[in-house]
Amino acid sequence: MKISPQWLRDFVDFKVGLRQLADDLTLAGIAVESISGEGEHAVFEMDITTNRPDAMNHYGVARECSAIYDLPLKPIAPKLPVASETTAPAFPIEIAEPDLCPRFTARVLHDVTIKPSPANVTQRLALLDQRPISNAVDATNYVLWEMGKPTHVFDLDLLEGGKIIVRRAKNGETLKTLDGVERKLNSEDLVVADARRPVGLAGVMGGFDTMITDKTRNVLIESAWWDPVTIRKASRRHGLHTDASHRFERGADFESTIPSCDRVAELILQSGGGELIGGAVDVIARRLDQAPVALHLSEVHRILGEKLDAREIFRVLNRLGFDVLPERGGESDFTVRIPSWRLDVEREIDVIEEIARLHGYDKFANSLPAYAGSVVELPDAEKDGKLRSTLLALGYDEAISLTFISHQDAERFSEVPAIELANPLSEEASVMRTSMVPGMLGMLAYNLNRGGDNVRLFEAGNVFEASGATANQLKRICLGATGSAVTPSVHQPARPFSFFDLKGDVETVLHAFQHTRLAYDAQTPKYYHPGRSARAVIDGAVVAQFGQIHSDVAAARKLRQDAFVAELYLDRLYQHGLREVRYEALPRYPAVERDFSFVFADAVDFETIHQAVTALRLGELRSFAPVEIFRGGAIPVGKYSILLRAKFQSRERTLREDEVAQWSVQIAKALNALGGTQRA
Amino acid sequence: MTYTVPKLKDFSAETLDKRVAELVAALEAEVNTVASEAEWKVLRDRWMARKTGILSQINEAWLKAAPAKAKPEVGRKVNEARLLIEHHIVGKREWAAKGTLRDLMLGERLDITLPGIRRPLGAEHPIIKTMNEIVSVFRNLGYSVEEGPEIETDYYNFEALNFPPNHPARDTQDTLFIANQESKPLRDRLLLRTHTSPVQIRTMEKMKPPVRVVCPGKVHRNDAPDATHSPIFHQVEGLAVDTNITFCDLKGTLDHAMKALFGSSVKTRFYPSYFPFTEPSADVQISCIFCGGTGYRDGGRCPNCKASGWIELLGCGMVDPNVYGFVDYDARKVSGFAFGMGVERIAILKYGVDDIQLFFNGDVRFLEQFG
Repeated sequence: MKISPQWLRDFVDFKVGLRQLADDLTLAGIAVESISGEGEHAVFEMDITTNRPDAMNHYGVARECSAIYDLPLKPIAPKLPVASETTAPAFPIEIAEPDLCPRFTARVLHDVTIKPSPANVTQRLALLDQRPISNAVDATNYVLWEMGKPTHVFDLDLLEGGKIIVRRAKNGETLKTLDGVERKLNSEDLVVADARRPVGLAGVMGGFDTMITDKTRNVLIESAWWDPVTIRKASRRHGLHTDASHRFERGADFESTIPSCDRVAELILQSGGGELIGGAVDVIARRLDQAPVALHLSEVHRILGEKLDAREIFRVLNRLGFDVLPERGGESDFTVRIPSWRLDVEREIDVIEEIARLHGYDKFANSLPAYAGSVVELPDAEKDGKLRSTLLALGYDEAISLTFISHQDAERFSEVPAIELANPLSEEASVMRTSMVPGMLGMLAYNLNRGGDNVRLFEAGNVFEASGATANQLKRICLGATGSAVTPSVHQPARPFSFFDLKGDVETVLHAFQHTRLAYDAQTPKYYHPGRSARAVIDGAVVAQFGQIHSDVAAARKLRQDAFVAELYLDRLYQHGLREVRYEALPRYPAVERDFSFVFADAVDFETIHQAVTALRLGELRSFAPVEIFRGGAIPVGKYSILLRAKFQSRERTLREDEVAQWSVQIAKALNALGGTQRA
Repeated sequence: MTYTVPKLKDFSAETLDKRVAELVAALEAEVNTVASEAEWKVLRDRWMARKTGILSQINEAWLKAAPAKAKPEVGRKVNEARLLIEHHIVGKREWAAKGTLRDLMLGERLDITLPGIRRPLGAEHPIIKTMNEIVSVFRNLGYSVEEGPEIETDYYNFEALNFPPNHPARDTQDTLFIANQESKPLRDRLLLRTHTSPVQIRTMEKMKPPVRVVCPGKVHRNDAPDATHSPIFHQVEGLAVDTNITFCDLKGTLDHAMKALFGSSVKTRFYPSYFPFTEPSADVQISCIFCGGTGYRDGGRCPNCKASGWIELLGCGMVDPNVYGFVDYDARKVSGFAFGMGVERIAILKYGVDDIQLFFNGDVRFLEQFG
């Protein structure tokens, strides 16, 4: 919204420069965002908060200046000629919806000449980027920017049946509004109608068919007070946000209907001549009463923290138009009567804010409150922190991607029902993410498309799924990796990141958590490479799935090299506590190692071998690990050669040669039982 | 000067200690001069040769010459000296034997100016890092951490925060709504939270005053992405409710927090604003951290504060009594303040980032600058 400082001078004679004025207004909550132009042509760009429709005009801002600088505020007092005598009201107004239209004021002008507005009006409107239309229409616009009260002018001769009715629209009725759009109305809409049809969408926009044209001779001026919620609903229903609806839905000044009507009449008569017919027609269907507020100095002190001088409170409120009446011997200290333009002030706290605002926020001291409570962390804070520091240490950069994905991706990367947005930003972002994989693939592709070959990313966040009428929010971490496993340099060549690099990282993460049994299976969803992906299962629950992305999926996303992702299901992983460390005495006796070279069928996986050896329950067997794997050469197709290393160690004594030999025989037997053959 | 074994005139412990110390000093000095295996052999013979070595000499000159009474003590000292001699000489042998290897090493020169082999560490995301920093400032002031769901109901996001249905202030929130909610009552309809303020309500519902919490989290708005807008961003909300919390406390707390975040020379400025859930409400500016609040730098207008000397950073206010009504607090007995700040805005300021989209596209060239 724009304000002309020169226009403000009509009402208050401020002495400060424009920059100072802008600063002082801002510090009083009437924010000036910027200043453009100079001297008489200077314009303030304002940012007036929703609660202050009274300050969305020049007189309202002038009132604030008057309060800030303690200067008198000149009244707006339209001078109208003596109206020609009539016995009947100038124009009958009927209000069928008193709740929605408590007040409707009108004036009638005859024999007006419709022509361009005089320069003093058009220049001021031009400063505010308002396009001049005609003297009658401009008068209403001028009054809107001057007093903040929207008004409307009709061509009186185009109103049929000689009366105005404020009523709900009938279903099926239509109204062509001033913007030329034919609008379908329903019974939710409040209209200004003549005897036959709607002639205006109440508080939002007038009708096209009854507008002022250069043929207009006789004019009806409307200035009404509309129910804010009704105006807001209509404005939204018709997608029609106007300067009028903006003010009415925030609450207009109930007592301004007559002054604004008179001011419009004055401006039209000044420029277009004509005759004022009768007095103002002022129909009050229901009075809008603002209850006075009891103000306690103790409450001012309790909320603001400083004892303010009663005289200062009195002065500030008076300048803003509040009547402050001392309450001698009463329960409160003052009774404050609220001015009609301040619909936002209803309670004691609202008055206290006015006092603080004009006193100046910066005049209040800074203090720190005492506190006796203790700090409580989120239940998962430690686990979150552990995972995050582990992943950072493993070289994964922390990333954040959008929370939305496409329908298609939701179906491709998950099996749960997705939560749809009613007003999505785009088709690509139409549902809440059910999986973090699409976002991760997007980020990997983004880097690959910009020459980044080696990428490690992780994102911690929530995925969402519909659960009946409610939304489930589940915590996940997604890892993404592509490129070389090591940083290629003069010292070492690149080595492609592999499934086992990723598995190692997953293992490192899972190692942080307490569990009795961790196993891996290959039952991964279709977007993974079927042979290079796995699920990690802790004590029966899948806590992670990971692997290379299926080449079809990678191709569809134009990933030019192998991409790997891992998904960690934190809701399940966090069922387990962080691993508690217990010191274990360091071994005092030497370890003995024995190697076993075997050939197995491909179907025999390491987990099977490991379990068979573990099942022997050899107390001194410390570890049993694969050392080398070999395929091809002398090894027939469908088989592989594996070198396994057993490490024995006792806590109590040095092991004897014969017992190690005996355990080795047991191990070899167990491996034979799996169909393995020992190589020479 | 070459060491020779002195004869002992008296066999007191003092004299013995002195003589042993002299011997050890001489031993160490000689060991240090050895540079090759040949030299080592000479050293070994001089000290350890069966009949003529220094070791044999002290045996003769000290132990055997000692009176019977002093013998056990002298014996122990001589034995200590023997162990030391053996330790030094034997230890030196291996070193001397590697003379050739040592020569090789002396000949080797790495280009130590080549870059090292680095194992890259992951980089913290600037938003999470900044968010953690903010939370930590308030944690040090006694604030606990709370969080809430990203998909909220109308009740928590609006109604209980004193945004009545059909209130124009709802327009300022650019809300993303969940589809197919029309059959539910308005208060139960789902939407993406537009601020972290709903966590205030959830917190007050579950605990009685005194309350001190900070609520970090992700929020959503219906804003098409560009350099200054993003449909997702992050906020840290704060809430303190107790008996006797005042507007002065609000000012002091945020002034302290801004100094903790931006440096002790930063000033704060409060001016009136409007939020439905606070009253009085305020916006807070800090003195421009780029021009020191002068509005000018590098001989021109400061672009960061548009020459105003101030940067707007957060919104706050005293909790509106209507809000207490929704959570069953007695507004006549308790008072409190709430504040909220945009993490992206603060990170953009701190790091001079010029495009908010950089935070959300996972570009490692950007992220790794924060490693």
